[in-house]
Amino acid sequence: MTFDLSLILSYGPELLLAAAATFGIWAAGSLAAVALGFAIALARRYGGFLVDGPLRLLVEIVRGTPFLVQLFLLYFGGPFIGLSLEPTEAGLLGLSIYGAAYFAEIFRAGLEAVPRSHVESAECLGFTRWQIVRRILVPEMTVLVLPPCVNMFIVLIKETAILSIITVPELTLVITGIGSKYYAFVEALFLLALFYWGLVELASRLGRLLEARLAKLSFAA
Amino acid sequence: MSWKLFEVLVQAAGTTAVISLVSISIGLLIGVGVCAAMMHHHPAVGRLGRVYVSFFRGAPLLVQLLLLYNLLPVIGVNLPSVVTAVIGLSLCTGAYQAENLRGGFASIPVGLVEAAEMVGFSPWQTFIRIKAPIAISLTLPAVVNEAIMILKASSLASVVGMVELTETAKNIAASTFRPLESYAAAGLLYLVLNWIVASGGRLGERLLRAGRT
Repeated sequence: MTFDLSLILSYGPELLLAAAATFGIWAAGSLAAVALGFAIALARRYGGFLVDGPLRLLVEIVRGTPFLVQLFLLYFGGPFIGLSLEPTEAGLLGLSIYGAAYFAEIFRAGLEAVPRSHVESAECLGFTRWQIVRRILVPEMTVLVLPPCVNMFIVLIKETAILSIITVPELTLVITGIGSKYYAFVEALFLLALFYWGLVELASRLGRLLEARLAKLSFAA
Repeated sequence: MSWKLFEVLVQAAGTTAVISLVSISIGLLIGVGVCAAMMHHHPAVGRLGRVYVSFFRGAPLLVQLLLLYNLLPVIGVNLPSVVTAVIGLSLCTGAYQAENLRGGFASIPVGLVEAAEMVGFSPWQTFIRIKAPIAISLTLPAVVNEAIMILKASSLASVVGMVELTETAKNIAASTFRPLESYAAAGLLYLVLNWIVASGGRLGERLLRAGRT
């Protein structure tokens, strides 16, 4: 067999653009997932059982089914309920919902881990619910939820590769496209694996650095 | 969706369950080997184990599966897609299980090992009677978790030509032109499979706990 990376690498600009697309979808999807996940966690905590029950079921369904099936349901099933989305839109929405379910569980555990006495003290001092969330719960749980959140960000980087299956023009789709054009799959996929591996290693190192920084600020006695 | 098509899906769920079970079992063996490599006293062997874990946890499973699927024929190995899918899933889950096992061994209380040495246990006896049972019971929840991850991840085997639950749902969606029902039914079956695995795991943990006292 021949193993020649120069052919693939001659597509430098296209590859950079595709890598930027992967990065953009990941960043946007992660942000939306964190925001939605936090909203779900808060709604479950303060919304009463009529809100908690359905949200819990939703989170369990999303966490219990493969991301690929969710994407197929959204992208191919969507048009039947009036939700016709472009691949990138469907991918971004799918990634956000998928991530949100996991982040919701992380934040739920984080909120529960904040000592009751801290919340009760704040209530005694006349803090409003929003002030308690902003001044007590969020700062205290940040240190606790950081490691699982970093882990989830890394999972989401890898899940972006699955978006290629519904033809989102990110790195996996572009690189396998070039590979199939010249029948150079192995080289293309080899480079792709190296790229994700490097990105994941980088993210986990940054995460550890951040954890070390935040650990110094820990409120937990 | 007709009852007959649902039966086809249930059969496909069986295929998914079988390839997941086989992959998780082979992956456990790989995990034991890689974990042993990581804890090996020779630095080069330890490094090799860590690189294995880092790569297979770092690259997306989809990319690993595609690489394997395209690489094997090029180097002259022609296997049916079921085998390729199982090899790919096993290699990947092996890395996760190695890391879980390493975590289990790392959290064994030092005092217990020292006590065993004090009463004259040989290193092998210490391993078999103290370290291994504790590490296994500490890792069991993680193995159950991993089994659920692999059940879901096995949906990617559809991309390398394996006809399992997701691929079957796709075929039904294409032929009946009803993707909503088809994928929703597939999702439901994944939920049922996961529920079975999770219940089995809870039972196993209870049995292990009962056996310890």
